[in-house]
Amino acid sequence: MSLLELRDVQGGYGPVQVLQGLDLTVEDGEVMVILGANGAGKTTTLRAICGLLGKIGGQVFFDDADITRADTQDIARAGIAHVPQGRGTFGELTVEENLRIGALMRRDGGVAADIDRWFEQFPRLGERRTQAAGSMSGGEQQMLAIARALMSRPRLLLLDEPSLGLAPLITRDLFKRLGEINQADGLAMLVVEQNASLALDIADRGCVLETGSIVAAGPASQLMSDEGVRKAYLGF
Amino acid sequence: MGLFFDQFVNGIGRGVVYAALALALVLIYRTTGLLNFAQGEMALFSTFVTWWLADKADGQGLPIVLAIVISAALAMVAGAIIERVLIRPVMSDKNPLNVVIVTLGMFLAINALAALVFIKPGREALKMPSPFPSGNVSDSVGISSATLWFTLILVAQCVLLWLLFQKTKVGLALRAVASNPESARLVGIDTNRMLMLGWALAAGLGAVAGSLVAGTQTGFDVSLMQQTLVYALAGAALGGFDSPVGAVVGGLIVGVAESLTVQYGHYIGVGGIELIVPFGLILVVLLVKPNGLFGRTIVERV
Repeated sequence: MSLLELRDVQGGYGPVQVLQGLDLTVEDGEVMVILGANGAGKTTTLRAICGLLGKIGGQVFFDDADITRADTQDIARAGIAHVPQGRGTFGELTVEENLRIGALMRRDGGVAADIDRWFEQFPRLGERRTQAAGSMSGGEQQMLAIARALMSRPRLLLLDEPSLGLAPLITRDLFKRLGEINQADGLAMLVVEQNASLALDIADRGCVLETGSIVAAGPASQLMSDEGVRKAYLGF
Repeated sequence: MGLFFDQFVNGIGRGVVYAALALALVLIYRTTGLLNFAQGEMALFSTFVTWWLADKADGQGLPIVLAIVISAALAMVAGAIIERVLIRPVMSDKNPLNVVIVTLGMFLAINALAALVFIKPGREALKMPSPFPSGNVSDSVGISSATLWFTLILVAQCVLLWLLFQKTKVGLALRAVASNPESARLVGIDTNRMLMLGWALAAGLGAVAGSLVAGTQTGFDVSLMQQTLVYALAGAALGGFDSPVGAVVGGLIVGVAESLTVQYGHYIGVGGIELIVPFGLILVVLLVKPNGLFGRTIVERV
């Protein structure tokens, strides 16, 4: 069975139904990318998985367990880490405290070593460990949000538009890092991204979301050579 | 000089009371981001419970310190229940004012309930035993033992709160919930439990404060905490709503300002001006430092 499976998921905000029967799977260890125009329901899909939408229709399975009606905190504890759009760091708290919050649910003794690991991976964070997270630049906060998510040692990482508001060079570096983390730890990722070519570069598979349902899916290489996808999302 | 010193110490004595309640206000504010206007009345009710436990009339009264501890523990349970039953159902991101209205309603309801339960005809004011020795610290120092002890307890509370928030995992989770509730849930923190804990702690602090204040007075009734709440709010605003140290310093400043104004207001022939001066002071401070003296300026880059 897949690590994550969405079956006929419907949901939205109040009376507005955004997801119209969505089917999606993420396998253990793979990077899956969701492409789609603004308003297609990409962010809504991630929020539905995390239990942030309230009542949804259909079913969501994670690691063989039905999490459709589970509370957000229980879904997080089950091993899904979500880096929301706009980062969602704890602005008043220091960089190091943000990382320790990411590991609050862990009961093992490796937290300090992991903090060192991510400070090594993201040296800018290490330099600012006692600084308030909210005072850092957008790129640094994005790094922090990802590092914090990784501190929980998740089985699945959800990333919502990680490149939003970042300079092109920083975005490229970020995706390179994400690809390395996926390779090194075998961590599965579900990435929503506007920058389709960068995302498909590190992805194993991708899908295209349109008005709340999947209209195309396949291996990343196949999507990249698909004429419709290229015209709509790659710009060449 | 002697008069100034006496009034200054007197002001500290008042200030510790405001500071103690301001501390409870700050605690709720830090964990939930809202002001609990019923904080004073919750403390009042606990004060009556303490009195009831310690009342010697039937010869079965508990020692006052034990009564305060039990009352504080009961208050913590009640605080958690209030959060669960009255506050959580009306919590809403879109209308944060709903909760404020509920706390205002609780202000009236708890006061009325306390009067109903504890006030009998011919017994409008009650006498609370004080756990502190009476009189001054020594003959040569014009500081009452009660003021000194109250200050020490306040310092101890501050240190414990600081340790809780800065040095424990629970404290880190409490701060995470205050900073960003949705992100807190996304890292697996049970935000509801943290909010209940915040309310419980604040109610416990309020119970201690109310019981000690009542003990310093010749008698207390249902109006015990009303003016205190206003001054505590002023102290918290002065010190910064997100800072426990600020709450204490702010409360003390308000107490001293009030006390000195009472004394020197007479010289210029205006009685009652003491109600205005602390607030003038606060206005000036907030114009210069909008987050209060100790409040953290939140720098948010987007």
